[in-house]
Amino acid sequence: MISFPEQLVYRISRFIDLGVDWVLDNFRGFFRGFASFVNSLFNIFDTIFSSIPWWVYIILLVIAGWRLYNIKVGIGLGAMLYAIGMFGLWDDMIYTLIIIFIGVTASLLIGLPSGIAMAKFSRVERVLKPLLDGMQTMPSFVYLIPAVTLFGLGRVPAVIATSIYAIPPLIRLTYLGITSVDKEVIEAGRSFGSTSMQMLFKIELPQSLPTIMTGVNQTTMMAMAMVVIASMIGADGIGAQVLVSMRRLEIGQGFQAGLAIVFLAIILDRIFQGIAKRFERSVTMDG
Amino acid sequence: MAKQVTVENLSVLFGSDKAKEQALKMIDEGYSVGDIREETGVTVANMNVNFDIQPDELFVIVGLSGSGKSTFIRTLNLLNKPTRGDIKINGESLLGLSKEALRSYRRKDVSMVFQHFGLLSHRSVLENVEYPLEIQKVNKKERIEKSRAALEQVGLKDWENSMPSELSGGMRQRVGLARALVNDPELLLMDEPYSALDPLIRREMQNELLNLDDSSERTIVFITHDMNEAFRIGDRIALMRDAEVVQIGTPLDFFKNPANDYVKDFIADVDKSRILKARNIMRKPLNVVTLDMTAKQARTKMEDTQSEYAFVVNEDKEYLGFIVAQDLEKSEARSLKKFLKEDHHVLRRNTYLSDALKALQSSTYDVAVLDKKQHLRGVISNDEIIAALAE
Repeated sequence: MISFPEQLVYRISRFIDLGVDWVLDNFRGFFRGFASFVNSLFNIFDTIFSSIPWWVYIILLVIAGWRLYNIKVGIGLGAMLYAIGMFGLWDDMIYTLIIIFIGVTASLLIGLPSGIAMAKFSRVERVLKPLLDGMQTMPSFVYLIPAVTLFGLGRVPAVIATSIYAIPPLIRLTYLGITSVDKEVIEAGRSFGSTSMQMLFKIELPQSLPTIMTGVNQTTMMAMAMVVIASMIGADGIGAQVLVSMRRLEIGQGFQAGLAIVFLAIILDRIFQGIAKRFERSVTMDG
Repeated sequence: MAKQVTVENLSVLFGSDKAKEQALKMIDEGYSVGDIREETGVTVANMNVNFDIQPDELFVIVGLSGSGKSTFIRTLNLLNKPTRGDIKINGESLLGLSKEALRSYRRKDVSMVFQHFGLLSHRSVLENVEYPLEIQKVNKKERIEKSRAALEQVGLKDWENSMPSELSGGMRQRVGLARALVNDPELLLMDEPYSALDPLIRREMQNELLNLDDSSERTIVFITHDMNEAFRIGDRIALMRDAEVVQIGTPLDFFKNPANDYVKDFIADVDKSRILKARNIMRKPLNVVTLDMTAKQARTKMEDTQSEYAFVVNEDKEYLGFIVAQDLEKSEARSLKKFLKEDHHVLRRNTYLSDALKALQSSTYDVAVLDKKQHLRGVISNDEIIAALAE
C-alpha cells in the first residue's frame, strides 16, 4: 500500500492552537467572569432545588402525570423518581437536573430568537441551516473540547457544552412552527393591520407553540444525553456515577446508575410531551 | 360613508422582477396568459383589470378557480401588491400610502372574511372578534362591548366563550364575519366565504348577508365561483377568466346581453326567477319631494319631472308615502302633510320579482323600493317586472 506522501501533509492544528491561545490571552477576563457567573447561577439553583424535600418532588410529579395523562402514569412516574432515590442517587439526580435546567434555559434564550430570526429573514436561514446540520452530525464529545479549553474542568463547561449541544432541535422546530402557521391565519392577521410584533406575539408564536414545545422536549432529551457524557470533564451527577463504576468495573453499580438515567429521561420526556399535547389540542381546529 | 373603489389598469404578476418586466411587455403586445407563462415562467394573475365599485354596492366577482379573483381581492387591502396599475379608494391611491397609513387603512376602513375562516384557534370566539380592536389598543371594556354586539349581529351571542374548534363550519364563518364587522369597516372583502359550507347553510348565510347589507351603508366585494350565488346576492357582477374581466354588469345585463359564448355557458344553468330581485331592476326615482316643502315647491318639482305624483320622504330620507298633483292644485299650504297618501304598496329591495308581481297587480303608479331602514332606494313599475321576468 502506498501511503499519502509526507511532503503533502500540512497540519492546520498549529494555527488553531495559536488562535485559541490568542483568544485565551485576550479574553481571559471575560471567560473567567462568565464562568463565575454560571457558577453562582448553579449555586443559587442548587440552594433552591436542595431545599425542597424529596417527597414534594414525588408528589408534584404524581400530580403532573395525573393531570397530563391519568393517575396510572402519575403513579408510574412517581415510582421511577422514588427508585432513583432508593438507589442512593438522589443528590446526583438533583445535580444532573440543575445542569439540564440551566442548559435548557440557556438554549431557550438563544434558540427561540434564533428560530424566529431564521423564519423571518432568509439570510439568517441561509447561514443557520448548514450550521445546524453541521452541529447535529458532530459527535457529542467534540463539544467538550472547546468548553474545556475555554472554561477548564468542572460543571461550568458541562453546562455550556450541554446548552450548545442541545440547541439545534429547538431552533429547527421554532423555525418550522412559525413557517407552517396556516396561510389564511397569517393573512387575517395582516389584513386587520397587525404590526410585525403583534403578528409574532399574538399569532405566530401562540400558533406554533405545540411545535416549539416539541422542540423543548427534544432539546431536554439531548441535554440529558450530554450531561452524562459531560461527566468526562469533571461534572458530577448521575453520569459521574456511571463513569466511576465503569472505571472500577462495578457492573451492578453501573447498571443501577444507568437505570436511574433512563428513569430520569422518561420522566422529563413524559412531562414535556404532555405539555406539548396540551398546547396542540388548544390550537388544532378539528378533533 | 361607504367606500368607492376604482381599479385602474391593474395587473398582478408573480415571478422574479426581471421576468415580470418582460411579461409586462408581452401583455402589452397582446400575448395570452398561457404564452407568457411558457415564455417567461411568470404567472399572470390579473391582466389589465379596469372597473369601478360604487359606494354601498354589493359587488361580486365570479370565475373558476385560477381565474385570478382571489388574487384580485387581496390587492384591495394590499395583501397582494399590484405589479402595474393602481387602486383608488375614494379617489386616493393605495400604492401611495405610507406604512402607517396602510396600517390605519387596514385597521379602520377595510376588513376581510376568508374561505377557511382564518380564525385564531388558540383564542375563544370572543377573543377572536376582539382581535382587530385589540391591536388598535382599544380598551378592554369597549372592546368586549363592541365584540358582543358584533357576535349578536351574526347570531352567536351565546357562544362567546367557546373555542373555534367546537363550532360547526357555518358558525366559524359567522365568527369570521363578526370579526370583520367589529371595527365597522366601510369596505368589506369576502373571499369565497361560503364555499366551504354545505348548500343549506350557504343559502341561509347568503340571506343573512343580504339582510346585513340592507341595514348598513357599506361597500362589499364578494368572491365566488358559484354563478347562482353571484346572481343571488350581487348588485353587479364581474365575470373573470384567465386573469381578465370578461363582462361586468347587473344580473339582468348578463341575461340580456351575454358578452360571448363563454358567458352564455356560464349562466346557462342559472334559475332566473330565483335570482332577480327588486333591487336588480329598480330605477332611481326623480319625482321625490320632502315633507317640509311647500305645495308650490312640490308642484314645480312634479312639473320638472313630468309626473302626476311624487314620492314623499322626510329629512332622514325615510319613505312616508306619496302625493298626487291634482290634490295640490292652487294650494298655498306650507307643508305637504295633509296631502300625504300612505296606503301605497311598497317593496323591499330584496324581494324576488316573482313575489313582487303578486303584490303589485293593482298599482297604477310606480312602486317605491325600500331598504330595511325604510329609505327610498328606487322605484319599479309593474310592466318592468313583467318584462324582466319574460326576457
